[in-house]
Amino acid sequence: MFQILNTFLIGITSGSIYALMAISMVLVWRSTRVVNFAQAGMALLSTYFGYEVVNRFDSYWLALPVAMISGAVVAAFIELVFMRVLLKHSNSGPIASIAPIIATLGLLGLIKAFIGFFWGNQDVNIESPLSTVGFSIGTQTLSLSPMKLLILIAVSMLLLVLTFVFQKTNIGLALRASAYAPEISRLAGIKVDLVRTFGWALAGAAGGAAGMLQTANGNGALSPDSLEFSLLLAFGFIAAVIGGLDSLLGAVFGALLLGLVLAFVLTYVGGSLVFITAFVLLLVVLIVRPAGLISQKAGRRA
Amino acid sequence: MSLRIENLSVHHGAIHAVNDISFTVPKGQLAALIGANGAGKTTLLRTLSGLTKSSHGTAHWNSLNLLQSKPENSVRNGVSHVSEGKSVIPELTVEENLEIGALWRRNRKEMIESKKSVIEIFPRLGERLSQRADTLSGGERQMLALSRSLMSKPELLLLDEPSLGLAPLVVEQIFQSIRELTTSMGITVLLVEQNAMGALKIADVGIVLNLGKVAVSGSASTLMADPQVRAAYLGY
Repeated sequence: MFQILNTFLIGITSGSIYALMAISMVLVWRSTRVVNFAQAGMALLSTYFGYEVVNRFDSYWLALPVAMISGAVVAAFIELVFMRVLLKHSNSGPIASIAPIIATLGLLGLIKAFIGFFWGNQDVNIESPLSTVGFSIGTQTLSLSPMKLLILIAVSMLLLVLTFVFQKTNIGLALRASAYAPEISRLAGIKVDLVRTFGWALAGAAGGAAGMLQTANGNGALSPDSLEFSLLLAFGFIAAVIGGLDSLLGAVFGALLLGLVLAFVLTYVGGSLVFITAFVLLLVVLIVRPAGLISQKAGRRA
Repeated sequence: MSLRIENLSVHHGAIHAVNDISFTVPKGQLAALIGANGAGKTTLLRTLSGLTKSSHGTAHWNSLNLLQSKPENSVRNGVSHVSEGKSVIPELTVEENLEIGALWRRNRKEMIESKKSVIEIFPRLGERLSQRADTLSGGERQMLALSRSLMSKPELLLLDEPSLGLAPLVVEQIFQSIRELTTSMGITVLLVEQNAMGALKIADVGIVLNLGKVAVSGSASTLMADPQVRAAYLGY
């Protein structure tokens, strides 16, 4: 019984970090119809900025918002000077649908090389700001440490803020309108290009938060070839696909589901099966319900 | 104050979709642009709102050069284009569909006032504000598309086939609303229609397009009386 609870807690915590990553994939997909594989690199870069802050000012609490803001700036910059030009030039011909995706893979490599150039290829460390030792109940230790609790609270708050922005503000309405119908939005007077850049910036901020939280949740090590970040990208992407790639709510749902499934597999089946499970889950969803598990319409229009 | 189009040409690849068109619509008039499928009507409207690039000629609304202005900027200068079909965003609510028409003004108070005034014109929308737009009937969607456009307080309205796919009775209502708007709000309208008879009935002037060129133009009543126009476009 206690083991089930602990497994559940581990699943929810890692799932909530995947949720941030999945949301950043969905935000980019919705605003520019690009699957952004560079998201892992962008999150990694923002986390390095966070690392710089921790290094100089010894404050994780300052580093977290700095990582989010730098993530937003990096993402907006990439959209503005790179993706916008690329999408304009590759809007026809056989390469049109694949060029942006390949380009994001190229960007991923570029960002990693950039990080290696500035910070070196060795591990650097961000220490957890809070204890990673679980609370204890009697003689038992719960898989919920102060750090994990912080992650759950931080992610919930970010999700609430994001929901508020999307549902209750003008820029949120502009984001939704531009995602569903860019042409009608332009005719209504919305500056869709600007809104797209903002969508990327939000995605960058979410990625920055995911990177900082993931690093503090794990062993704190950070390197350009960090396996943690590659997994974060893979799991975030799988979660987004489970959710239908178009829905923020779906992304959160997909991420929590993935986190839980993987945690239970890890505890009850074995660590060696975790990755297999994740990718089998992805393939099953793609084959059985390609529009995602909680898509509103079975036959989605293109 | 007028819409002036001079020697306008638009190409789609090798196809000459709009071929050396010139006409003027004076302020406050309702002009019906009619013609068969593929006559270049939609292309012309898309060019005027800035969605499609022209290859030759000029087009102005007052002093605004329409061919150099992006759609989102034309709206800010009083030109609003309601594109073909029931041009609403199905995933958004009726209220949100209205609001996106006034977002650019960044003025909450004006937005609420505009919303009130369009709901007065189309009370049916007021009853359905919180419903998703895809729950509306075809006629209601067309009203919504028109209302969103009115939210931006346009001086020039470019309407693309508002009657498309609607029942005859509903078409009549929509046309009547368009006529009333033109008269009561002093809006200039360029109405593209395949329903030539319905459009000419409410229009002040008519322009007949054929294969990208202006075939005939004149006052709507003259066109309706013209035996050749009747035979070719009105079907009797």
